[in-house]
Amino acid sequence: MSVPRYWREIPHHFRLVGTVCKNCGEAFLPPVKKCQKCGSEDLEEKEFPRVGKVLTYSIVYAIPRGFKNQKPYPIALIELENGARIVAQLTDCDLTDIHTGMLVEAVFRRITSYGERGIIKYGYKFRPIMEEKPDQE
Amino acid sequence: MRKVYISGVGMTKIGAHWNQSLRELFAEAAKKALDDSGNLTPEALIVGNMSAGELDNQANLGAYLASYIGLTGVAAFRVENACSSGGAAFHAGYLAVASGIYDIVLVGGVEKLTETPTAITTAALAEAADQEYEAYFGASFTTLNALVMRKYMEHYNVPYEKIANWPLLMHENAANNPYAQLPFKVSKETILKSPVIADPIRLFDCSPTGDGAAAVLLISEDKLNEISMDDRVVVAGVGMATDTLPLGHRESLLTLNASRIAAEKAYKMAKITPKDVNVVELHDAFSILGIISLEDLGFSKQGKGASDLENGKFSRDGEIAVNSSGGLKARGHPVGATGVYQIAEITLQLKNAAEKMQVDNAEVGLAHNVGGLGSAVSVTILKRER
Repeated sequence: MSVPRYWREIPHHFRLVGTVCKNCGEAFLPPVKKCQKCGSEDLEEKEFPRVGKVLTYSIVYAIPRGFKNQKPYPIALIELENGARIVAQLTDCDLTDIHTGMLVEAVFRRITSYGERGIIKYGYKFRPIMEEKPDQE
Repeated sequence: MRKVYISGVGMTKIGAHWNQSLRELFAEAAKKALDDSGNLTPEALIVGNMSAGELDNQANLGAYLASYIGLTGVAAFRVENACSSGGAAFHAGYLAVASGIYDIVLVGGVEKLTETPTAITTAALAEAADQEYEAYFGASFTTLNALVMRKYMEHYNVPYEKIANWPLLMHENAANNPYAQLPFKVSKETILKSPVIADPIRLFDCSPTGDGAAAVLLISEDKLNEISMDDRVVVAGVGMATDTLPLGHRESLLTLNASRIAAEKAYKMAKITPKDVNVVELHDAFSILGIISLEDLGFSKQGKGASDLENGKFSRDGEIAVNSSGGLKARGHPVGATGVYQIAEITLQLKNAAEKMQVDNAEVGLAHNVGGLGSAVSVTILKRER
């Protein structure tokens, strides 16, 4: 990935900025130019909520270039609170604890250390949120 | 629109062809297809290929391949639609002949995947996914399929043992295919114990990487009437559709919408329903894609693909023979060539020339080629014409 390409994606990769349809409310990350649900072109860029839940996940053992030192790692399809669905790594969790429906929150992390062209890539990963337990007292 | 016929097919065996270059491999398939059609001279060449630029550092494939097989001067170009490049090239070839612009078009597919380290090949193939939002975060193509597979298994409560019947049948079928990369049977136990690649996907759920080339010659009805041809295979229906690259932009992971749209178009054009189809070559890049495609093409109800498979509905002597070649899983998946292999295999079936792979009474066949994880799909329906 070239330096300008990396730079262009900073709002999306660092701050979860996507597009929301002003007509029907559907949210998209990556951003889109036209709402894929209702067809409206009236979209606005917004910072998305950082909390969501795991819809489906995988633990990856055959690792793509640049990710070798993270083997094995979990990847999930996450639905954010505004309904947007994104693919991201899970982090700060035990692989055996991961389950469908798990509540997660976005955190800022290093994605790979020495990617193509020497760029250290940063972006979002998601970690579990402690689920509230009833007060024991 | 004119009727379009397939007058010849050619394939190479799929494997690691270190003694043959990209163009030599292509030339072998092209020569077979032209010989098979009584040496008609093509007016145009359309070739499907995904990764020659990245893996062979060779662009300009149209002219590169046309001149190598002695067709210098003809119209020629490459079509790229990820894993469905071959199906898309066939689609373009069909349009070229049906429109009346050309009478004889050679459609080919070629791919060389074994001469680069696996990591490089995998990265080139992963270009089918969204680079900025999926690959960026470490999601390989296998991972994305794993997300779909877990969703399917949890939603319909299908255990892995049922999905493992897919590679079992594919290997059984490929044992009869002289062009297959993996022409041998495997036991269910081997599949169940194979290494996990991206949970829940195991090694035997994945199609292998191999080199291969296939070609088919398309001719117009006018041209057909000039020559004598006994076994007439006509292109009865074509359909093509697209979907979003990012998985998250789809309403459901349980179906490939582009498969449904493309199939609906092709069925409508051919004036048939799924029940009329005898032989199918569908796109099982991973076991789960095989099972979902059974449903999307209308051969199984939603969520019932794995049960129908277990009950023998899709075996070679079943209700509909699915992937009698061994499919992507065991015939192999030389990416840009795969869609053309499928067309060639269906054509052989309809001509009753598939030898040990032959399905009895094959009259109507369907080829289904998927690019990305269902982001670009081509469906082609062929019929035997008497």
